[in-house]
Amino acid sequence: MMVLPLRANASATDDLIAEFTGGADLADTGITLTAPEIAENGNTVPIEVSAPGASEIVVFATGNPVPPVAQFSFGPLAGSQTAATRIRLAKTQDVVAVARMADGSFARATQLVKVTIGGCGG
Amino acid sequence: MATGVKPRVKVPATVAAGETITIKTLISHNMESGQRKDKEGNTIPRSIINRFTCAFNGETVIDVAMEPAISTNPYFQFEAKVPEAGEFVFTWYDDDGSVYEEKKTIAIG
Repeated sequence: MMVLPLRANASATDDLIAEFTGGADLADTGITLTAPEIAENGNTVPIEVSAPGASEIVVFATGNPVPPVAQFSFGPLAGSQTAATRIRLAKTQDVVAVARMADGSFARATQLVKVTIGGCGG
Repeated sequence: MATGVKPRVKVPATVAAGETITIKTLISHNMESGQRKDKEGNTIPRSIINRFTCAFNGETVIDVAMEPAISTNPYFQFEAKVPEAGEFVFTWYDDDGSVYEEKKTIAIG
């Protein structure tokens, strides 16, 4: 398949998501990804993921040199399947969160973040 | 090699039994991504914290696998159920093999 260089990282993310889900379908509901529309500083972008009933949530930054960001696994004492952290974004890009639900299904949320100053150095 | 690593955790001292509390954690760490270059153009090697876990009386609350895309001074906020009095143990695992641990006891009140 021909892929434009610009899309190279996006397809890498798709491959990583397929690896996580085993190629299963992704629902659009059941997961919330909160990120700013515009991040002035890509070095520290606050994000929050929430997926009630999820056992794991993975976060990818599609436009970073290395797309994986973090994988949250929730234990029996998790008060809610919610976590907030701060991430680095190299440039304007989609941030993707994929949740593995307790019943084995998967859900995905995507949010475009515009970055004015990149966060991966160079 | 990371220097000046200092974990900070915010947990209430007392809660009602069965209550869900919000926990905030931050650890000072430069989280070198392995993407940056120094003045001579050499890549600065990666040095990050790659895993963070929180457990209460031995039961897992959250377990996070971290990549270089997590910002400097990694910050996490999450919620935990507190069924009884006990102790939270927060553990950070560094690339260089160091393990940083912080404990917080919590009482039912």
